[in-house]
Amino acid sequence: MGLLSDPNRRRALTKLLTRLNAPICVMCYLAGVAWFMGLAFEPFTLRTYMSENAMGSTMVEERFPAGERALATGREFAAHKKKVGGMPVDWLVKTMQSRGLEVFTQSFTRKLPFPDENKERYMVRGTNVYGILRAPRAPRTEALVLSAPCSEGNNNNQAVGLLLGLAQYFRSQIHWAKDIIFLVNEHDLIGMQAWLEGYHHTNTTGGDWSPLQGRGGSIQAALSLELSSDVITSLDLVLEGLNGQLPNLDLANLFYAFCQKIGVLCTIQGKLQRNDWDTTSGYSHAAQTMMLMVLKQASGRPWGDHGLFLRYHIEAASIRGINSFRQYKTDTTTIGRLLEGMYRKLNNLLERLHQSYFFYLMPSLSRFVSIGYYMPAFGLLAVILLLRVSFHLWDNRGFYFYLTPSSPGVLSILTPVVISHMTGVALYTLPILSQEMAVQHFPVSETEAVVLTAIAIYTAGLALPHNTHRLLQGEGTEEGWRVLKLVALLYLAVLLGCTALINFSLGFILALSLVPIAAFITPHTPKALSAAIMVLLSPGCTLLYCVFVFQELQETPVSLQDGWMLFLSVISQGILDHALYGSLVYPLLALLIYPCWLLLWNILFWK
Amino acid sequence: MAAPLTLLLIVAVTIRAVLFRSSLAELIPERVEVVSPLNAWKRVVEGLALLDLGVSPYAGDVFHEVSPLSIPLNESNPSIHPSIMADALTAVALYLAVKDYNKTVFRKQKYALEAERYPLDCLELIRTPKEMYYIPLKVAMFYLLNPFTILSCVAKSTCGLNNAVIALFILCTVKGSSLMSAIFLALATYQSIYPLTLFAPALLYLLQRLYIPVNWQRSSFWLFTTQYTFMYLGSLCVMVCLSFFLLSSWDFLSSVYGFILSVPDLTPNIGLFWYFFAEMFEHFRLFFICVFQINVFFYTIPLSIKLKEHPIFLIFMQIAIISIFKSYPTVGDIALYMAFLPAWNHLYRFLRNIFLVSVVLLACSALFPVLWHLWIYAGSANSNFYYAITLLFNVAQILLVSDYFYAYLRREHHLTHGLYLKRKDGSEATLVLK
Repeated sequence: MGLLSDPNRRRALTKLLTRLNAPICVMCYLAGVAWFMGLAFEPFTLRTYMSENAMGSTMVEERFPAGERALATGREFAAHKKKVGGMPVDWLVKTMQSRGLEVFTQSFTRKLPFPDENKERYMVRGTNVYGILRAPRAPRTEALVLSAPCSEGNNNNQAVGLLLGLAQYFRSQIHWAKDIIFLVNEHDLIGMQAWLEGYHHTNTTGGDWSPLQGRGGSIQAALSLELSSDVITSLDLVLEGLNGQLPNLDLANLFYAFCQKIGVLCTIQGKLQRNDWDTTSGYSHAAQTMMLMVLKQASGRPWGDHGLFLRYHIEAASIRGINSFRQYKTDTTTIGRLLEGMYRKLNNLLERLHQSYFFYLMPSLSRFVSIGYYMPAFGLLAVILLLRVSFHLWDNRGFYFYLTPSSPGVLSILTPVVISHMTGVALYTLPILSQEMAVQHFPVSETEAVVLTAIAIYTAGLALPHNTHRLLQGEGTEEGWRVLKLVALLYLAVLLGCTALINFSLGFILALSLVPIAAFITPHTPKALSAAIMVLLSPGCTLLYCVFVFQELQETPVSLQDGWMLFLSVISQGILDHALYGSLVYPLLALLIYPCWLLLWNILFWK
Repeated sequence: MAAPLTLLLIVAVTIRAVLFRSSLAELIPERVEVVSPLNAWKRVVEGLALLDLGVSPYAGDVFHEVSPLSIPLNESNPSIHPSIMADALTAVALYLAVKDYNKTVFRKQKYALEAERYPLDCLELIRTPKEMYYIPLKVAMFYLLNPFTILSCVAKSTCGLNNAVIALFILCTVKGSSLMSAIFLALATYQSIYPLTLFAPALLYLLQRLYIPVNWQRSSFWLFTTQYTFMYLGSLCVMVCLSFFLLSSWDFLSSVYGFILSVPDLTPNIGLFWYFFAEMFEHFRLFFICVFQINVFFYTIPLSIKLKEHPIFLIFMQIAIISIFKSYPTVGDIALYMAFLPAWNHLYRFLRNIFLVSVVLLACSALFPVLWHLWIYAGSANSNFYYAITLLFNVAQILLVSDYFYAYLRREHHLTHGLYLKRKDGSEATLVLK
């Protein structure tokens, strides 16, 4: 309490903080970045371990024999898919019924706000088919889901084949204490969204679908299977879901444990695990894997069909078969055995997966960094904002100078805040509202119209008459910008803090780019240079860098031209994700982060 | 001054009416920060429906409101919801009360100045009519435009009614009408027990107003105290009996007061009880309930002794303590004591942590929904996260209140000993709270 009540000690502290403010801030920033980079270093990470007792050992005898037959079913499915030109509903219903499942279908339609050029869809109409294997040994209050998408072209036929093969095999077993739902969803996430909302009687995004005729118990866990070739070299685990939510770490542990047991190569972010952590290349491999995870998580979009399950408190992951040029191949029977083992273990669960971590980053599949280890990296960045607050507050004129009644009027502060937020609202609403008008007047497609409108509004925000307070109050005062900066700093600190709690990666990336400008921007810095730096560190440019870095990390570098096209498609995907699944990244950036950045821009041009 | 107040009321009612029609009106009543099992509108509707069916509303564990108060709610016209009216009433009552109180303060200050009781260097501490002029309006504004009040009002929480009763009680006390004061105090106590602790400041204020010194040997002191106590207990008795005759059962005693005191509902809220009692072993429960409940009432004694010359400040302190430590606090309770902050504007120069505290309060208010989301919807965080923020929020509130308390005492100290204190050796002295 001494610090709070003893004026002498307080004075010493404030003196220290004001005198050494800039060096401390720089130190904190560097320390934050160093801490983050250090997370990928193996001695600083923890080895994953199974926390859930019910899934403790891998003592399951997997006997799934019918890999070849599953592939044959897959080929049959492909033939029917081609014939119907979409989901072969009748064939699927018949096949599932013949395997002894209770089969139901759900049809859905969805009109996208604007055409999705990546997946070439606008008016989406489709059907989900699912079969329920009723648990023979328990009161059917809980369920597990295995899903496979019915994709365009020749993709994922093997996944549906394996799903049907597993359904037939599971039907003959008597261990099941949970219903197992085999779901074939059309139009990937849109179908999944329709099915999940139908299952849980919710409608969050205003889609249109028929209600489900049959249900199992409450879903405990779900796996989504993606398999496009008869043999694979490795299995990739995809964890990142909507809004950067991750499933319980035990699900990843379970996958890893069975891969080890059965001898399947497993990867995360498409990267194999390496043992040479003490070499530079080993470390950079781990760092790349972790940064890929950070970038994917920060994007807030579901990276597999499992992504929407997480919203309903269902632990889910996607398993993706990869066929590369390696010698060592794994056949479908082995994958079937792996899935059998995992479902047998999930079947043993007595309560929802909750023992292990929900907040983690993975530098490799067997190593993880928990929230307690990675939060300090963000904390070190966020504390800079608070240090700057204290600096501006105690600016060698005694305590709380700027909050005295003599400080500038509320109006001069409120005007820029309101204008910035109005720009943010325009950025959020106008792109979709004005697409028709843009298409009429300019030779662009709807998607381009939306993206280009967004970029145009974003850029126009920079040119807004930010000095409106001068109309109201005459000249802007020295105190005026200081108070505005105080507001901006606090606003940014709270905003980034909340973001980092929900989605650490997004919060951290935004903090990396926004904290330096928030900390050091004043009207007295050289205008042209500061303006250039601010634009380079603005949220939009950060997104552009992320696109390039992501491509670089995935070892598919792109040229500037392609990178720009990718950037445009990322924006349209972000808006679509928000409209279709309720991803929060776009509204967060448009309604809160961008206005906050505009406030800082406003301070730079304060007159 | 009536015109700005009317304008303020119109603005406040408009904001609320707009929010009532927006989609937020369905979201806000579900927030645990805004409604508690005691004052949720949903429960009131349920209780009234039970009453209509001829079932005791206290059957089951839904309704915990004292019944006669909620009956007018049922018949009210839905065009303007009673919670809006309650807010407006509270604001007007606070406005009038603070206006009257300021007059008294100013008069006292004038007498003291004339008697030359203040040291000479204290002139800058003297309050001027100019700065006091807008205080009542600011108080009304702090209440009406406080986001906490607005949330509470849009949630149709009956907390607004409690606040209205307490505000009327303050108004009557300040106006010196001891009967009305006792009646409203009894009404507030009847609603939620805790305002019982406001008995001491009200009595002190009324005594002060009648120039009766607080002296155990004086018969006039005892006479008035007995009189006030009798009025208070009498009206409390009438209300309790009224409740009994309305339903002809004593169910409501356990269902309302038992519910408040024994805290059986551990739904998370912004208070300190739920987590503690959810984690505790059952056999310690009774002991700790006693400790926690005594904690609310206990501060009355030391504070009344220390602040016996300043009963209105004591009322502020008591309301704040109640809203921090009560068993089912909501943001509406906080809004009531925060409305008084402009009345202590003159303490500003002595406040030490106001900036830190207000930042923490703001940050916590933003973090409540975030952590709730992570805990309940995402399932990735747990109750510890939410409770950590609750703790921080309450610590900030306690710091806020104790800061004001310290500042008030310090100003009084300066008013008697001079602003620039010297040590014995002549160097400048500093006041340290240890």
